[in-house]
Amino acid sequence: MAEKNEHPIKKVAIIVAKGSIEDVYAGLVMANGAVMEGIECKLFFTFFGLDAIIKKRQNKIKTATVGNPAMRMPGGLPFPTLLGLLPGVEAGVSAMMKKQMLALDIPPVDEFLDMIVAGGGEIFACKLAYDMFKLKREDLSEHVKDVITVGQFYEEAAGEGTQIIFT
Amino acid sequence: MATKTYAGINVDVTEDGYLTDPSQWNKEIAAEIAKEEGIELTDKHFEVFDFLREQHAKGANLTIRMVGKSGIVDIKGLYQLFPGGPLKKSSRIAGIPKPTSCV
Repeated sequence: MAEKNEHPIKKVAIIVAKGSIEDVYAGLVMANGAVMEGIECKLFFTFFGLDAIIKKRQNKIKTATVGNPAMRMPGGLPFPTLLGLLPGVEAGVSAMMKKQMLALDIPPVDEFLDMIVAGGGEIFACKLAYDMFKLKREDLSEHVKDVITVGQFYEEAAGEGTQIIFT
Repeated sequence: MATKTYAGINVDVTEDGYLTDPSQWNKEIAAEIAKEEGIELTDKHFEVFDFLREQHAKGANLTIRMVGKSGIVDIKGLYQLFPGGPLKKSSRIAGIPKPTSCV
């Protein structure tokens, strides 16, 4: 067996503050990867990241086709910003990204949250953003364990061997 | 690469302890690797191993989602069978390479 690191990561607290496909999935992949490695995981959604745990929106998140200089056409040519403005382009690009991810067995957001919770991960919503966006508990998906303050978040994250990750 | 003796048989393993040749595997070897992982094997475990070995032989990129959709066990059940390593521990005991997928 390979030698184990003397200071393994025991817990991760991951903050998702943005609601586009790439931002939400970065947090979900890291969270799921943590529980699969036996690392305790707390996932905290705030501001626009809340869309990922709002029932009506979680499977409809999109990627921005405007203001993203790394965006490419299929085939690799740069994606013209003006094209991204056209109606339906953002939805089309987003649907295509989701299709490509599913081909790699990366599921829709609600199913991904199911997987993380099944592995013992815990999902939280930020109280400040929740109040600001005037959300109700029934707006949130059943994965959400609690709506918590920043102070409670730090309590959840506490412990030796924890890493806090802001995506 | 190293050699280890499980159930009286010499097998080649990687430095992470994964068998390099799935055909060297048998149920007795599985039971001894499982003991190293602190897992007591049941029939359900072997159903998972059969599925993983079959998929691996087909060249599939293994994921826990795939196991969850196999009808053998759901993802929560998979975590209960292999605590702290649903894909890594199950692959190691099943005698197939360390998983390379991120899900």
